[in-house]
Amino acid sequence: MESRASRAGLGIATVLVIAFLWLPLLLIMAYAFNGSTIQSWPISNFTLHWFHEAWHDEEARSSLGLSLKVGAIATTIAVVLGTAAAAAIYQFRFFGREAVSFLLLLPLALPGIITGMALNSAYNFAGVPLSTLTIVIGHATFCVIVVYNNVLARMRRSSPSLVEASMDLGADGWQTFRWVIWPVLSTALIAGGLLAFALSFDEVIVTFFTAGAQETLPIYILNHIQRGQDLPVVNAIVFVVIIVTVIPVTIAQRLTGGDAGVLRRGTTGSKV
Amino acid sequence: MAELAEAGALRGARLRLSTLLWRHPRVKLALLLAAPVLAFSVVYLGSLVSLFISAFWQVDAFTAKVIHTWTLDNFRTLWDDHTYWRITGRTIGIAAAVTVTDAVLAFPLAYFMARLASGRTRAALFVLVLLPLWSSYLVRIYAWRTILAKNGALNWALNAIGLPDANIAYTNWAMWIVFSYVWLPFMILPVYAALERIPDNYLEASQDLGAKGSRTLRSVILPLALPGIVAGSIFTFSLTLGDFITPALVGGAGSSFIGNVVEEQVGQPNIPFAAAFATVPVIIMGIYLVIARRLGAFEAL
Repeated sequence: MESRASRAGLGIATVLVIAFLWLPLLLIMAYAFNGSTIQSWPISNFTLHWFHEAWHDEEARSSLGLSLKVGAIATTIAVVLGTAAAAAIYQFRFFGREAVSFLLLLPLALPGIITGMALNSAYNFAGVPLSTLTIVIGHATFCVIVVYNNVLARMRRSSPSLVEASMDLGADGWQTFRWVIWPVLSTALIAGGLLAFALSFDEVIVTFFTAGAQETLPIYILNHIQRGQDLPVVNAIVFVVIIVTVIPVTIAQRLTGGDAGVLRRGTTGSKV
Repeated sequence: MAELAEAGALRGARLRLSTLLWRHPRVKLALLLAAPVLAFSVVYLGSLVSLFISAFWQVDAFTAKVIHTWTLDNFRTLWDDHTYWRITGRTIGIAAAVTVTDAVLAFPLAYFMARLASGRTRAALFVLVLLPLWSSYLVRIYAWRTILAKNGALNWALNAIGLPDANIAYTNWAMWIVFSYVWLPFMILPVYAALERIPDNYLEASQDLGAKGSRTLRSVILPLALPGIVAGSIFTFSLTLGDFITPALVGGAGSSFIGNVVEEQVGQPNIPFAAAFATVPVIIMGIYLVIARRLGAFEAL
């Protein structure tokens, strides 16, 4: 349908846009191996020294620990709440059904600064001191929708008659869950959980408003970039962060059979 | 024997519970919904409401305590001070520029993915678009900060082909590039989804009726892709409108966004004023969403 010239043009544009998306990432990853302490391009003298430095940096280590902890707890909360909400929305028609999915989507649809500020001022009014727990609550609010979307999408693609057949054959609720529902849902749950974790692991804005003296890894990076401090160490950490987020996303995509809907962080929400 | 009886009793209890839930689906619904809805209404909605109520409060200049008397003073200050108008204008202007840029960059790629690429290439392109979307947004801004810096890769490349340095670090140009970069995948995906849904025979029909390629693009493809573009623009526009990290990291002095003022005021702490200014992007987005809905963007999401 398209003429040969327009095909070629579109092909070239595609390559250029993909290059635009990837060159900055590859470039900043290269900086991790920069032998010089000066941030200039091209990098000089390949070294692995900064990975060693980063590994032994107390502040970086404790912020990594906090990020992993917050990510794990927030993901757990998101899996429980997201699955329960998805099951309710899938099985029932009730008044306010649309409102529930809208409510869950809200923290992702509104700019992060609104969510962050709202929680910050609520903690302030309630006299709750900022702590790890306040960060976890902040992260859980925007992670729920990711699990919810994944689980709901999977439920919609599976046949409800499976559950009925299981009940007809005399299985109780637990047995039906264990042998019929779980095998269908498990990969969607794991994928949703991984994506929620990736989202939490990277988050800066909500964290910025809900963290007190605590420093998650992104906050550590932000502080160091702003002060221009220990940038070589930051580069090594950034390299690791890119790898760490790429892995769960890739696994999640495999688990869902490359289903387009699953990874559309922003766009899936409103598909509901 | 005792074990068997115990197992039987346990199974009996489970069966009774299953039957109860089956007979009374409302109980099951309540059990499923209670936790998520309660958590969200109390924590999230409660916070949002309290935030917007506090926009009508004041902070005592001496004690820095919030005074709970109703007043429109925060909004009056915003209205009267030209600085806030300028900041709002800058925020909206750059958000609009970023949205247009992303639409222009996303369209050819999305078109190629949806209509020209083979299954395998399409899957590969999908991953190549998704991974940057999910990789840390802070890291991607930082990457541009180093690229645009005086000794960065951009000037190195320019010098290599004999051009002088482009001094765009810490300017509005830098913000425009970085925002366009960071939100681009959010535009590509809905545009791709819209283009993929156009049936092939529409294009054939257009061709049979004698339309040239450009006419088909203008009269068939673009109108059908528009909801996808508008859907993508919701993200690019809203995300730019609410950001404060990008201006802080790659913007120069005097390139504050609404978000930067809000962040600064929260730190003061003057939450009432911050809340008042934060209503501005929320209202703009509200209007934007109404228009987007008219254009059919919600079906394209």
